[in-house]
Amino acid sequence: MLKKIIFRSLIFIFVFQSITQSAESEGMPQLNPEFWISQIFWLTLTFGILFLVLSKFILPKISANLETRKSQILENIDIAEKQRKESEDKIKEYEKIILKSKDEAKTLFSEARKKVLSEINVKKETLENEINKEIKIAEKEIIELKNNAPEKVNKIAIETSKELVKELIDAEVNNSNISAIVEDLSKRNKDKYYDV
Amino acid sequence: MATNPMHQFNVYRIGPEIKLGEVDISFTNASLFMVISSLAILLIFNLGTKKNSLIPNKIQLLAELSYTFISKMINDTAGSKAKPYFAFIFSLFMFVLFCNMFGMIPYSFTVTSHIIVTFVLAAFIFIGVTIIGFIKHGFGYLKLFVPSGVPVVLLPLIVVIEIISYLSRPISLSVRLFANMMAGHTMMKVFGGFVISLGIIGGWLPLSFSVALTGLEILVAFLQAYVFAILTCIYLNDALNLHH
Repeated sequence: MLKKIIFRSLIFIFVFQSITQSAESEGMPQLNPEFWISQIFWLTLTFGILFLVLSKFILPKISANLETRKSQILENIDIAEKQRKESEDKIKEYEKIILKSKDEAKTLFSEARKKVLSEINVKKETLENEINKEIKIAEKEIIELKNNAPEKVNKIAIETSKELVKELIDAEVNNSNISAIVEDLSKRNKDKYYDV
Repeated sequence: MATNPMHQFNVYRIGPEIKLGEVDISFTNASLFMVISSLAILLIFNLGTKKNSLIPNKIQLLAELSYTFISKMINDTAGSKAKPYFAFIFSLFMFVLFCNMFGMIPYSFTVTSHIIVTFVLAAFIFIGVTIIGFIKHGFGYLKLFVPSGVPVVLLPLIVVIEIISYLSRPISLSVRLFANMMAGHTMMKVFGGFVISLGIIGGWLPLSFSVALTGLEILVAFLQAYVFAILTCIYLNDALNLHH
């Protein structure tokens, strides 16, 4: 630490001495008034020209350019803001259209569904009617058949009994006798044959 | 010493002797560097404003940044009333900055290291500011020397101090710039001399000092130009907006 201080002060003294020595030997050229007027003259001239050119030609250009840039930026911001609003409006419109079309689609769908359902119902009804009709016809036929059945069966019974008697005992039997027996049997056993 | 560190400040005639009547206004090395600095400023700013495109190129950006830098400085210190003086303060800052910076080139001459140059600038500013103050406020400008809220007993003393400090403004302004530039350049020259005299063995230390000093001096060159301009703004602020 002490060494450092001594070293530094030595350097300082050296520098100081050299400066003072040189100042003594030649003095400060700044204090020599020989060229003072010349310096003032040239300073006024150069600084005056510099000031005139800068203030008349160069600085107005820079400020004008800065202004135009500022206004351009503001304008662009305005335009961007406008366009943003426009696009927002468009998005809203678009959403409205989408909602509308969704509603429309819903109504269309429900209408179509109703139509189809009603058509199905109509077809169902007609089909049922037809089926009922056919069922009725069939029932009628069955009833007819039922009613007609005993007569036919009696006839068959008479014929077969006649043939049987002929084969078995080789005797002619009167139709009326046989039919009387058959009718009597069928009347007696009607409940047994037809489970009515 | 191998070379005199003050030698760099010598002014000498370049070309013939020019006389305006009895007065010597010869073209000197000081004049040469004033012309070079001015031309460099004009060249750079001319190039910077040539195209004036919406998206600036590098040199246009430089011009615009320095414009906004100075205009912000003036607006911050002296308010919006100081706008008419923008061109002057801009030229002043640029001139001092370029003179300082050109002085950093080896074997060049530092215009601002001469008291007469800085004093003329400072005196011009002082006189101009005083005139502006009297035009704006009439004799009310003298209120500048009477701060408000001072006890009546102390008032004579304060007024004297205020007047002295006001009158010493051009001196402090000019001496600050001149002394900074001169001291820095002398120091650099002295350390440069040490490099030679200490030779290859001991010369490395002053050489590294010299390198560091160069960086410091570039900083000082910018800083002193800035200080010069901002003090002008502060003086202007006193003249435009009487705050006392």
